[in-house]
Amino acid sequence: MKKSESKVSTGGVIKEPGSSKVVKTGAWRNFRPVVTDKCIGCGTCVMFCPEGCIKIVDKKAKIDYDYCKGCLICVVECPVKAIEKKQEEK
Amino acid sequence: MVRKLMEGSEFVAETVRLCKPDVVSAYPITPQTHIVENLAKLAADGKIKSKFLEVESEFSAISSVVGAVAAGSRAFTATSSQGLALMHEVLFAASGMRLPIVMVIANRALSAPINIWNDHSDTMAERDSGWIQLYCETVQETVDTLIQAYKIAEDKRVLLPIMVCMDGFILTHTIEPADLPDEKDVDEFLPKYNPTHAVLDPERPMTLGPFAYPEPYFDLKKEFEEAMENSKEIISEVNEEFAKKFNRKYGNGLVEEYKNDKKIAIVAMGSVCGTLREVVDKRKDTGLVKLKCYRPFPKEELIKAFKGKKTVIVLEKAVAYGLDSGPIFAEIRDVLYSLKEKPKVIGIIAGLGGVDVKIKQVNKVIDNSKKMKDGEVVWMKT
Repeated sequence: MKKSESKVSTGGVIKEPGSSKVVKTGAWRNFRPVVTDKCIGCGTCVMFCPEGCIKIVDKKAKIDYDYCKGCLICVVECPVKAIEKKQEEK
Repeated sequence: MVRKLMEGSEFVAETVRLCKPDVVSAYPITPQTHIVENLAKLAADGKIKSKFLEVESEFSAISSVVGAVAAGSRAFTATSSQGLALMHEVLFAASGMRLPIVMVIANRALSAPINIWNDHSDTMAERDSGWIQLYCETVQETVDTLIQAYKIAEDKRVLLPIMVCMDGFILTHTIEPADLPDEKDVDEFLPKYNPTHAVLDPERPMTLGPFAYPEPYFDLKKEFEEAMENSKEIISEVNEEFAKKFNRKYGNGLVEEYKNDKKIAIVAMGSVCGTLREVVDKRKDTGLVKLKCYRPFPKEELIKAFKGKKTVIVLEKAVAYGLDSGPIFAEIRDVLYSLKEKPKVIGIIAGLGGVDVKIKQVNKVIDNSKKMKDGEVVWMKT
């Protein structure tokens, strides 16, 4: 019976949780959402962020740029237009 | 063991009852309908404890079964033709995650034109989906293969999904006497599924079917093929074990030879082998090689079965369009290429869309085979 020398698990199953933290998807970003002073800390962007990487810290939205892919949904949804779109510099 | 007279589909449903899946999920399609009907009845009567899911399509049927098996339960589904085609995408996900699903296929032709009768074009289209494919000649063989399929699929050395293929109408709708094994014996033969490689459990989080970069993807595919190759040994092993307990055996589980000590060998899969046994019984020059296991392809076993043959005739109910032959014909010629003395290989495409395969016509092709060239393919119709 053949036995593979590779280190892959059967079916590619990952048994340790938290592997999605390893890949910093922030590198995919073309546009950066930037929170300005207009932010009222309402938390609308927190609810809409598909990556779950916005938090309210000291009554202001704080974006985790390690994982923000730059989809800009927060820019569109902000009720007071407090998030600005900036070009990422590579 | 009880000898019963029932329809093929009812036998399948009764066998599923004996295999005790935790989840049954299927969407009705001709000619598989009676299997689902009978299972729904068993579930409604409380004769099976399985969770019976009434889904809205075959895509959902296979997807829910993937979920059930990924959560560590045993599951069953069945489909046919267009239904199998609709499952296509999920079939690869199921095999890639190494989920031991067992699915009965009532083989039926694919559209267009729409046709409900038997040929093998539906399962042949899924031959590279990474599922083991076992073809059955009789209702009895379907009952026995279904029980074996769970044992093979769930073996820690295999962990692959299996299609148990039975010819639509010819087997599903025929009332045939067969032995239904006792529940106690099946329980002993088939222990509870106890997975360790993939179990969705909030207590022990795991990620199934994750993203893979090119290198690990390549490694996983190579490992997958090794599992496929290794499964041949387990299929034979389970066939032997089954024979010891239930006194029925199908060749070596991969290939079954019948009066195969003559100059010509005719190869086929499924119920047509019954017709070919009649042909072979009355001929002095021809023997039968029944291909029971199509995936993995039993290369070595076939080479053994074809040893010393002058001619090999491959009769199949599917076409590999653009190749001007059937897929089995092409693969058997590939197998024989490594032999020093290569027999002549002749292909017969028969039974497409449910056309009857008749003894007289098969005899005619065998009679003509002496004059035919190697690699010639005949389209045989009534």
